[in-house]
Amino acid sequence: MNIQIRKYYYGDIPEDKTGGNIASSDAKSDWALWEVFIRSKQGLDHKHVGSLHAADAQMAIENARDVYTRRMEGVSIWVVESKYIHASNPEEAGEMFEPAVDKIYRHPTFYDLPDEVNQM
Amino acid sequence: MMPVQDFVRKDFSGDKIFQDKIDNEVKIEPRDWMPDAYRKTNIRQISQHAHSEIVGMLPEGNWISRAPSLKRKAILLAKVQDEAGHGLYLYSACETLGITREETINDLHSGKAKYSSIFNYPSLTWADMGAIGWLVDGAAILNQVMLTRTSYGPYARAMVRICKEESFHQRQGFEILLVLSKGSDEQKAMCQDAINRWWWPSLMMFGPHDSESTNSEQSMKWKIKRKSNDELRQNFVDMCAEQVKVLGMKLPDEKLKWNEKRQHYDFGEINWDEFWNVVKGNGPCNKQRLDARRKAWEEGEWVREAAAAFAEKRRLKQEAA
Repeated sequence: MNIQIRKYYYGDIPEDKTGGNIASSDAKSDWALWEVFIRSKQGLDHKHVGSLHAADAQMAIENARDVYTRRMEGVSIWVVESKYIHASNPEEAGEMFEPAVDKIYRHPTFYDLPDEVNQM
Repeated sequence: MMPVQDFVRKDFSGDKIFQDKIDNEVKIEPRDWMPDAYRKTNIRQISQHAHSEIVGMLPEGNWISRAPSLKRKAILLAKVQDEAGHGLYLYSACETLGITREETINDLHSGKAKYSSIFNYPSLTWADMGAIGWLVDGAAILNQVMLTRTSYGPYARAMVRICKEESFHQRQGFEILLVLSKGSDEQKAMCQDAINRWWWPSLMMFGPHDSESTNSEQSMKWKIKRKSNDELRQNFVDMCAEQVKVLGMKLPDEKLKWNEKRQHYDFGEINWDEFWNVVKGNGPCNKQRLDARRKAWEEGEWVREAAAAFAEKRRLKQEAA
């Protein structure tokens, strides 16, 4: 028996024709993509947990309930259609965030105070 | 931590900056630059993982209507629902790499994309629900715990969520076997039989030997994967060899033996002909599983259409108001 063995990781079985082609987005029948935000309990912020597809907002909320709160993870759900999210550009992360790096005096630990003033 | 700026210096090549990030344990996020091969490898792996969750519902779905009690039925339903959820987390993670959901699913239905071969074995008795939970989910958990630290952010986050939910799956499976192992002679025999049938396919879940590797090195370098197949498999054998004693059952391997020097269990060789045969589509249930997925997709067509029509109607009404 002549079998050519290659090693593939679990969940990673390539096929020569398979995988990886970057999608051309002409798939019309996909429902819109929604980002899901969940408030885990009263008093806390809504936090991004993932995304899902739905035909409209109502359905997105119902699906989010089933997909992201099966174990009482939330008391409130926000959904936003992904196309309405605007994000900073990772390529410009330097210009964007670097200015804060050398301003350590904005942090309380920058100030050396005598122990007597504890709890400040 | 590297300062942010180092990643955007233009005098580095993209690959170099990318590898520096990986080496410094900085996660890669969807809009970051990444080598094309990294993107492709992740799309392939994450989608295969997603398909595995979805197809993985089938062997167990088979037993929902025949669960021996209401309690077991509720548990099994919850587990299968979790798997649907896990598939959805993973499809979403996959989409962040620029492939649409529809394409991903089409690749499954056309047979182009793979899923874990373990689900091409049939679930013949109720004890199989126990063996699948204990062994199949157990093997999956080892892999998934490792993947919570994978380098692609959305994949790692999906894995954290999945791992939290998955431990119930393994425990409920072991409990099913534990109950059977204390039951009648027939139940004990059923328990042993399920272990016999699922043991070797579970070991195959970790993939071929490290020595037969070609594309693992790159995956390790990119930290998509952090432990080798053989390493994970050995962990799994060591774990199960102890746990099976609690059941008073045996693993079907004459060569299974504690090795004092290695501080690991030695075990027999996997039947690799069987492994490749199933991967290539000739397992006991390959056809049945894909047919079931296609059928579910086709029969859901009217639901998708109706939902879209209803959403449109609601939108028009809102506009008019």
